[in-house]
Amino acid sequence: MAGDEVVNITIGSNKEAIDLLQTNLNYVWTLVAACLVFFMQAGFAMVESGFTRAKSAVNIMMKNLMDFSMGSIAFWAIGFGIMFGTSSTGWFGTDGFFLSGWEGPDGDQWVLAFWMFQCVFAATAATIVSGAVAERTKFTGYLIYSVVLCAFIYPIFGSWAWGSLLNGNGWLEGMGFIDFAGSTVVHSIGGWAALAGAIVLGPRIGKYGKNGEVRAIPGHNIPMAAIGVFILWLGWFGFNPGSTTTGDSSIAMIFVTTNLSAAAGSIFAMFTSWIMFKKPDIGMSLNGALAGLVGITAGCANVSPGSAIIIGAISGVLVVLSVVTIDKMHIDDPVGAVSVHGVCGAWGTLAAGLFNMGGTNAKIITTQLIGIGAAFAWSFGVAFLLFKVIDMTIGLRISKEDEMIGVDITEHGAHAYNDFQTLN
Amino acid sequence: MPFVIFTTRNDVNQLYQKERRMKKIEAIIKPFKLDDLKEGLGELGITGMTISEVKGFGRQKGHTEIYRGAEYVVDFIPKVKVETVVKEDMVDIVIEKILSSVKTGNIGDGKIFVIPVEKICRIRTGETDNDAI
Repeated sequence: MAGDEVVNITIGSNKEAIDLLQTNLNYVWTLVAACLVFFMQAGFAMVESGFTRAKSAVNIMMKNLMDFSMGSIAFWAIGFGIMFGTSSTGWFGTDGFFLSGWEGPDGDQWVLAFWMFQCVFAATAATIVSGAVAERTKFTGYLIYSVVLCAFIYPIFGSWAWGSLLNGNGWLEGMGFIDFAGSTVVHSIGGWAALAGAIVLGPRIGKYGKNGEVRAIPGHNIPMAAIGVFILWLGWFGFNPGSTTTGDSSIAMIFVTTNLSAAAGSIFAMFTSWIMFKKPDIGMSLNGALAGLVGITAGCANVSPGSAIIIGAISGVLVVLSVVTIDKMHIDDPVGAVSVHGVCGAWGTLAAGLFNMGGTNAKIITTQLIGIGAAFAWSFGVAFLLFKVIDMTIGLRISKEDEMIGVDITEHGAHAYNDFQTLN
Repeated sequence: MPFVIFTTRNDVNQLYQKERRMKKIEAIIKPFKLDDLKEGLGELGITGMTISEVKGFGRQKGHTEIYRGAEYVVDFIPKVKVETVVKEDMVDIVIEKILSSVKTGNIGDGKIFVIPVEKICRIRTGETDNDAI
């Protein structure tokens, strides 16, 4: 038409434009997902606080706040480089510290977006431990652990399994290890560190009786714990589908598998608790939803929706049995962190191999088992050492008197609920 | 003959107490019965009371509950304590009224205690004893 600008449209320039649009969409989806995963920090804070006593609520909030804050800095400074830096050995990265060299050629900002997404994952792993060591841990000791986990423990294993997502390359992923969103990389690493902490700390005063009986220390706010679980469930819709870091239709199935597994987990945990304890238990049912979510995290992109239901159901049963067993071993885990994240993380990783849509075989299963074992050995081993060292130097556990008064007063000089007198 | 009135110390005390006897009625009841009790006392013209939320047990003891697979005993059951001060001649009707408003016939209905009150003062006006009820 007369007067119009003459523009050279070629197939090539069209493709470039479409690619650019897709790239921009990838940024948007990845960062929106990062927001959802960040919000899981609120979920963890609510769950942990709801399942523990009122006199520990301030301390829980401080630990969760610092997990994310200190974790972000530690991951920026050291962790990200270890996890995703160039890795000639396949065991750890050696560049990218302090987010150096973050800008790619042509002003590429992808490393920033990727860092943000990975940062909220690292913080998730760190905060898992907070619940297992609640109500009796020295705040300074906890801060040290939190930094070491985000700077070192988490990223080293992460580099083995996910390094090639950026500049690295890990020996485990090289074997074909499947862990799409982190049943092992995030949840088991956190869960086994939680186990180490709970063992080194010892149980809360009064948790186990003289004759070895298990005593209940009921949580002070069940609705709060429930809100926390709903927030975590919502956040997981960023955790799993977001791990594509790609804005395309592949995220749809991941949403579906994630949701179905959580649902199955809560149902089967409820029924298991109903059978074992004669009444459907709210705490176990809530844990069951989380167990289902953890269980599907590894295989969310390579199992069918039907398989997701089975995986979630087994997670739900497992988590109840695990909580009871761990209590029987006199390891005090106030919120079930070890059972939800450690045990079900391991199950979820195995399930990703068992229910692989492309078919399963001995090699796949073996690789999954190797990853599960390596995660346990690494995380539990290093964390146990770390907690022992902290215990022997500045001390890990608060004194008996302080525990009676309450960790809020002794560590922070504050009440969570100033207008209410608590009798506990 | 000189007119002498013999009185014993006891007689003097009796005279004193009769004019000025006040009693506090303390009733420990099931929380959901509080409204019935308040209405009942209102019918008698009782003009004030104080309540507190308490916990306790009697011969009923507690019951066991389960939390995450571990049993625990709930020893102290939530109750409400109602306190009201009346003239001694009202005590029997008040007890009667409390019983009829609050009794369910089940374990845990509670108890009523009657305690002598030595002195009362209304803070706003300074009235004392019977004028302060």
